[in-house]
Amino acid sequence: MNPVTTPNETTETPAEATFVPALDPSTPLSPSAPDREASAAARRAARTDAGERRRIDPSRRVADAPLSAVPHLSQDDLDAFGREMERIRAKHVADLGERDATYIRKVIKAQRRLEIGGRIALELGFIPPFWLAGVAALSASKILDNMEIGHNVMHGQYDWMQDEELNGRTFEWDTACPADQWRHSHNYMHHTHTNIVGKDRDVGYGILRMSDDQPWEPYFLGNPVYASLLALLFEYGVALHDLEVEDARYGRWDWKARLPMMQAIWHKVRRQAGKDYLLFPALAGPFFPVVLAGNATANVVRNLWTFSIIFCGHFPDGVEEFTVEETAEETRGGWYVRQLLGSSNLTGGKLFHVMSGNLSFQIEHHLFPDIPAHRYAEISDEVREVCERYGLQYNGGPLPYQLFTVARKIVRLAWPTGAEADAFVASETGGRLAKTVVRTLRGATRAVRAAV
Amino acid sequence: MTPSATAPPAAARRSRRRGLTQRLLDTPLADALAGPHNVDHYLELLRPGWAVKRIRGEIVDVRHQNEDSVTLTLRPTVTWPGFLAGQHVEITVEVDGVRHRRCYSPSGSADIRARTIELTVRTHPEGVVSQHLKRNAHVGMFVGLSMPIGDEFVLPRPRPGRIVLISGGSGITPVLAMLRTLTDEGYGGEVVFLHYARTAGDLLYADDLAAVEAAHPNVTVLRAYTRAGQDGDLAGHLTREHLRVALPADRDAAAFVCGPGALVEAVRQIWAEDELTTPLRYEHFAPPELPEIDPDQLGRITFAQSGQAVEATGRSLLEQAEQAGLSPTHGCRMGICQSCKCKLEHGRVRDTLTGDIYGAPGEEIRICVSAAVGDVTLDL
Repeated sequence: MNPVTTPNETTETPAEATFVPALDPSTPLSPSAPDREASAAARRAARTDAGERRRIDPSRRVADAPLSAVPHLSQDDLDAFGREMERIRAKHVADLGERDATYIRKVIKAQRRLEIGGRIALELGFIPPFWLAGVAALSASKILDNMEIGHNVMHGQYDWMQDEELNGRTFEWDTACPADQWRHSHNYMHHTHTNIVGKDRDVGYGILRMSDDQPWEPYFLGNPVYASLLALLFEYGVALHDLEVEDARYGRWDWKARLPMMQAIWHKVRRQAGKDYLLFPALAGPFFPVVLAGNATANVVRNLWTFSIIFCGHFPDGVEEFTVEETAEETRGGWYVRQLLGSSNLTGGKLFHVMSGNLSFQIEHHLFPDIPAHRYAEISDEVREVCERYGLQYNGGPLPYQLFTVARKIVRLAWPTGAEADAFVASETGGRLAKTVVRTLRGATRAVRAAV
Repeated sequence: MTPSATAPPAAARRSRRRGLTQRLLDTPLADALAGPHNVDHYLELLRPGWAVKRIRGEIVDVRHQNEDSVTLTLRPTVTWPGFLAGQHVEITVEVDGVRHRRCYSPSGSADIRARTIELTVRTHPEGVVSQHLKRNAHVGMFVGLSMPIGDEFVLPRPRPGRIVLISGGSGITPVLAMLRTLTDEGYGGEVVFLHYARTAGDLLYADDLAAVEAAHPNVTVLRAYTRAGQDGDLAGHLTREHLRVALPADRDAAAFVCGPGALVEAVRQIWAEDELTTPLRYEHFAPPELPEIDPDQLGRITFAQSGQAVEATGRSLLEQAEQAGLSPTHGCRMGICQSCKCKLEHGRVRDTLTGDIYGAPGEEIRICVSAAVGDVTLDL
């Protein structure tokens, strides 16, 4: 006898129900999203285009503005802004379909072609034009794999397609960082605590001083050097990111607890390096070094490019940082405003946006991290319109200029202001010798200044 | 091979052994070179008909037997291990960007020489996949395939002297596979093929059945039409008399039934009442359940892995899991980071952010912003 009912022929489910149920206003919802516990009527209103369209005078001042960066917005305004963002989000979520699937498949196809072409060209890399073409194709392939495909897929942007190759929880990418650790450090830590100094570890990645709010210490004198090294070795920086090694500087790094993570990183790095620096070069026989050099160059090109795009997302001038205190009681609306103010876009052409994984629309990405990124361009028009009405700044600029402001910030923050140096001397952290040196230098500068 | 009517179309391959290249592609070295992606990731672009791990099938023939069905012939990749008649397979079809998975029983012969898989898809008015296949299936299209599933509803070995195959409607497919397999392997015993359809016009595989009957004297096909006034071998729904014709003596036989629940239950009842000793294997369709969902209803939440169950309170599934003493992986608790995604095994949930009710078995849901609507089972 066959004891089980086996689905056969007729396991069809109806099209997804997308009606709005009449919710009891007292239905308990997630405590971290208090403004969503509005009544069903309010929620329905927010979902229709007839929803509120506030216009707020940016010069006014609200008595108890929750965010110091936007003193003209009350808590209610922040929540209203959040609802407008939710409306944009709902509109695009409802529209997901063929177009998005076709797009990502096209990008994946291009990436595979570039990779196969690049690998073959590099095997023939002893002919110089082939070497150059191979490096270019392989760099482009790795950039697409890491950004427009890997980063975005791992945000779950394409989970709705139910394709196991595009599943955000299982996708693995062509870089040294194990995808699982990335999902924790990036999707959770960075996207939840964006630009909250002390909570978002992407502020300086634990090794740089990228904000005035990070207390200065002599270690940061090396800021430009660390940044240059990080740019060149970015994939390894990203790989080590979730280990939080910087805690070792303060003697509180629990390396034993992180052994499994280190093993995972070692495993991934070994496979990546084995493929790029051993197997593919070996296939070229006597031209081993030629392929090795080509692969290494492609990896570095990818590193420099991703570093540039990513550093221009949150560190250019005009981007706001936030404190733990002002965000302690944050609502969903506040979260949206923080994402907006804490991010900065890059302007450029269509190809530029694709090659940056549409992270050039950093603002839209932070507002809607799980909406397919190729939609950010059209979403940006809608977001900008709302920002204008709320008197909210919408940061952005061309890559070279933004990169320049980032570099300027890295150099500027390496050297302390007088007050920062004094604060370091007075602080509890830091060695005695360092403090003596800083104190002496401070005294000397003061003396020179007085003499002049 | 089966007689002309059931012969595979001209495009079907003759022999599919793995060539040297495909064997080389299935080595650890190829894996290392393709890493972190798999080799199939690249083959899909270069040679869609090749695969080393995944199984895919290329549609090589499309037949429309009647208004509400479509019959597809698939040529699987070499990774397809073959199947046993009566097993089913899950196919993956992309509709409007979304991959849907459905189970169908191959109706072709499972004989080793038959290199294709034949599926008959009955269309449902609301069926996303069946409607899509009816309208859009074309030669050259690829669908994903699972390994063959099921180990109960298959022919016994050694074969008994008489095999009775009973089916209703599109339940014909797995038993037709059995019939074709038996004739292909030169089975010498008696085969009775008792099939119920509403009218002669609704009968699937009418020509194929006639051809098998004509070519094999040991095969008896009994066509029963349930609607009055039809000219069939038998009339009306299954009765004890129908069964007597198919199984005159209760020894050295095996019986199979596949079809609507009523048919399967009727057969099982007679089997129980008459205390028949002939082994009966059955398979019925799981009819689509379309309950009216009250969005505010609560139910029971079962955490399958830990074996725990709690009453739903309307709070998020993550909170309820935590209250039950579990500690699911999670991050932001506000629906953005996707860390808490977990497989929904059964039931429907409400998105606490939008109020939408959604969820299908196997779908991954964000448990921090989903609450149970009715009974829910989670893979936690």
